[in-house]
Amino acid sequence: MSENIFITEERIDGSDDGPLAGKTVAVKDNISTEGVRTTCGSRMLEDYVPPYDATVVSRLKDAGATIVGKANMDEFGMGTTTETSYFGETDNPAAPGHVPGGSSGGSAAAVAAGEADLALGSDTGGSVRCPAAFCGVVGIKPTYGLVSRYGLVAYGNSLEQIGPFGETVEEAASLLDVIAGSDDRDATTRETPLEADESYADAATGDVDGLSIGVPTELLEGADEGVVETFWDALAELEDRGAEYHEVSLPSVEHAVEAYYVIAMSEASSNLARFDGVRYGRSGGYDGNWNEAFATAREEGFGDEVKRRILLGTYALSAGYHDKYYKKAQDARAWVKQDFDEALSEADVLASPTMPVPPFELGESLDDPLQLYLADANTVPVNLADLPAISVPAGETDGLPVGLQLVGPAFGEERLIRAASALA
Amino acid sequence: MSDDAVSPEEVRHVAELARVDLADDEVDRFTGQFADILEYFETLDEVPEVDRDADLANVMRPDEERASLDSEEALRNAPETEDGYFKGPNVS
Repeated sequence: MSENIFITEERIDGSDDGPLAGKTVAVKDNISTEGVRTTCGSRMLEDYVPPYDATVVSRLKDAGATIVGKANMDEFGMGTTTETSYFGETDNPAAPGHVPGGSSGGSAAAVAAGEADLALGSDTGGSVRCPAAFCGVVGIKPTYGLVSRYGLVAYGNSLEQIGPFGETVEEAASLLDVIAGSDDRDATTRETPLEADESYADAATGDVDGLSIGVPTELLEGADEGVVETFWDALAELEDRGAEYHEVSLPSVEHAVEAYYVIAMSEASSNLARFDGVRYGRSGGYDGNWNEAFATAREEGFGDEVKRRILLGTYALSAGYHDKYYKKAQDARAWVKQDFDEALSEADVLASPTMPVPPFELGESLDDPLQLYLADANTVPVNLADLPAISVPAGETDGLPVGLQLVGPAFGEERLIRAASALA
Repeated sequence: MSDDAVSPEEVRHVAELARVDLADDEVDRFTGQFADILEYFETLDEVPEVDRDADLANVMRPDEERASLDSEEALRNAPETEDGYFKGPNVS
């Protein structure tokens, strides 16, 4: 396989029957699989074999799915291109020579290349929606608390959710049906709002008659011209089918990227403190005292982007800077939530381009981390607000895939699935 | 490091707090990048104070014994173990 989609190709069979019997699924390599190496795309965990399954993996197996491999990803989910993986870059099957997006790039590429029917990724600031948009497939970021994070290796745990990929909205929704719902091993989860005879897949009717769509003007500003054009074409298609749209304003999102990165880096600096090379992971040896051995393990085990985020997070939380960065970022987070609540009180869903740019060429974007962070402008506000969103193929610009993002109210996945299924 | 440019010493200090050794060329590269990124974070100063009324309920469970990993499984990924324990570097 030339695209380097999987870090580990290994077949894990599920039970004989169930709603996903006969379906193949790629699983992002930060989701624990009992007995099968789970690296997080990092040298730190190159040889780590989890002794237990993540809840979503148990549910996949019970549903009869066959896992076909552990998909490549940006190291610990930190990236927008899948190029920070210790195991090499992944090519984009829908746009060869370009990145598949990130951080769940291998998962999206597996579905785009037909290596798997479905895939699981995780989305901390856009890591399901970005690769879905770049690879021309569907990706869902569920409401915070809809899907168990037990067994997901934590990066920014107040922000992240595991989410499904599929070729179509209905297929992605059928995977959401399997993984959604409360789990006593993750106290932030709750039951789905579905009635007993309902499913997310059944919501994929494509019926958008009378749907009211809000378009946040801030999320179009500064976006690539071809992307914006493709976005409006897709919106026109929804209008033809009975939806109507109006512009809305979310002034707070001007500060979402910096708020997101302060919070995510702060959480990362704490979460990744566990990697000291003693209980698991790359060892720093036994020379010198423990601080020296830990610092050696972490120098050798982590790549540049992970070090950058741990250091900046440590800085943002350090004495004298906490109020300036972390506390202000939490204010911004609350403000973003308020803005979304207001906009969604006058619209059923909000629509924007998923990514303001088409897929980068491989190697194009690695040198300037800040520029790459800014590419997350349309996805990170959703994580700050804990809301559900879906990315659905909108078309192409110069032969490169463009995604349309729909954002809905908390636990409003059915509404998103119904609306997005009008397009794919 | 917020008011003026970030210095290499400050990058080294934070790296020490975070227990991450850095090579000299990494320090140089991060010094420039951190200056850009922190300057961008400065715009959070423009964010107003916002009421944060989280409507959340705590989730509790009874504190009862339940099955967990046995020690052999828990030790399986450790680089070194001794007599059923993790083995770490010297604490001093």
